[in-house]
Amino acid sequence: MDIIIENLTKKYGNQKAVDNISLKVATGEILGFLGPNGAGKTTTMKIITNFISADEGKIFIGGKLLSDNYSEIKRHIGYLSENNPLYQDMPVIDFLNFCAKIQGIEKSRIPGRVVEMIRTTGLNHEKHKKIGQLSKGFQQRVGLAQAIIHNPEILILDEPTSGLDPNQIAEIRKLIRELGREKTVILSTHILPEVEATCDRIFIINKGKIVADGTAETLRKQAKGSDILKVKIEDGEPDKIFKSLQTLRSVSMVDFADRKLNRFDIHCIDTVAKRDIFKLCVDNKWVLTEMTPFETKLEDIFRELTLN
Amino acid sequence: MKTIWIITTRELNSFFDSLIAFIMIILFLGFSGFFTWISGSDIFMVGQASLRSFFGIAYWTLFFFIPALTMRLIAEEKKSGTIEMLLTKAVTDRQVILGKYLATIILICIALAFTLPYVITVSKIGNIDTGGVICGYMALILMSAAYTSIGIFASSITNNQIVAFLMALFISLFFHIIFEVIAGGMTGLIGQVVNSLSVTVHFESLSRGVVDSKDLIYFGSIIFMGLFLTEISLSKRNSYS
Repeated sequence: MDIIIENLTKKYGNQKAVDNISLKVATGEILGFLGPNGAGKTTTMKIITNFISADEGKIFIGGKLLSDNYSEIKRHIGYLSENNPLYQDMPVIDFLNFCAKIQGIEKSRIPGRVVEMIRTTGLNHEKHKKIGQLSKGFQQRVGLAQAIIHNPEILILDEPTSGLDPNQIAEIRKLIRELGREKTVILSTHILPEVEATCDRIFIINKGKIVADGTAETLRKQAKGSDILKVKIEDGEPDKIFKSLQTLRSVSMVDFADRKLNRFDIHCIDTVAKRDIFKLCVDNKWVLTEMTPFETKLEDIFRELTLN
Repeated sequence: MKTIWIITTRELNSFFDSLIAFIMIILFLGFSGFFTWISGSDIFMVGQASLRSFFGIAYWTLFFFIPALTMRLIAEEKKSGTIEMLLTKAVTDRQVILGKYLATIILICIALAFTLPYVITVSKIGNIDTGGVICGYMALILMSAAYTSIGIFASSITNNQIVAFLMALFISLFFHIIFEVIAGGMTGLIGQVVNSLSVTVHFESLSRGVVDSKDLIYFGSIIFMGLFLTEISLSKRNSYS
């Protein structure tokens, strides 16, 4: 099932939490939803899950208008909300049984499904404990289990890895990746490496507006415009090297990273820059001892797009 | 219907797991038992094989206990955020409200069922008016159903349980006594209208053993209004995030 959002707007009083957002998520795509606090991520997710209604705009899920077909569409959505609210006084297994029943799973399939969820999320030793007694990480697993118990075609996960330890994060990411093969997944997070690790596509919003949409690769290209190479060239006068580097056609700008150690940051506009630099060194009998392509971090892109 | 029942059973389990149900049943039986059999104008004072005094006492005990049962129904879920988890599942607002409502009514019926030994005891003492007893219980259940719907509405407009409790008590108080008092000072049509809004009037006539469609319509409309307003109030969840 795909998700199509058209011109979505949501106001809280006078403040626009979501401002005219349009978005398409294809079946089998994992979309990473990024944005600073208060950008409108959670609001958008709450609207997609039909918990709150939009002021303007339409949402189509699997080709059907959400506001007219929500009771049918909701069956196909699994949702893990931001603070992972759960019935604290219920034992894990009872809670999952309740969720399975309410999602309309056939009675005969419920026990199998619950056991499967407990196994997938690694809750076997905790299954008889009350949810309130579990640590945050285990509660997060219960939250994930309740979201996927009815095998939904769409998964909406609001910060799924918050409160988990690094091992658990890796497990959950793997799980999301696996689920994402057949399902449409939207996940929001503050952890940027997580987006790169799990998502096919990144969607950044700020103050309710879209500021970026694309893969990590395209975002990088958009953000910096040119590649940066870190090089170290030995056996030569720093100033002379600096000048000769600047004369290269494929190089737009050269900076001293460290003058004493002959280190330079080179902004290139062409992919042949690496070859040109190498050739320059050979011609001048300099020794090229380091050449590292420098990737703009997603953090920098994020900061650039959302700070103004 | 199946979905409503799933919510009802969860809610009932939660009543019993959190001991609310036990406390409520014990207190209800304690109060009504004490005043029915031991103290004040009890059954023995009346000198008749009748449960009228018990119905009069339950009329008041239920009035106080029902807001205590209903206050958490929605307010608690709003506060903890579980309402979001619940309503984004394959349920409608109405199913959730009806499920919770039904659970409370069942709990009250269970509490009332524990007073059936009173009926047996009294029937051994003398000739009991079976029809009157049935009508009395019916009046209690209808009154409880009306107050529960008010209580669930109060619970839906706030996420603070204490506020929900006081609101429910406040609104119920109008039906329970204030309308009657106001009507006492009025004459003519307005007096009649206000008087007919009072639960007391309808309760008395029912528990006297007279089943009048007016009374049934009266309780039915309070229940409907309460649940209807709850649904509206629950659907207006846009303002909190």
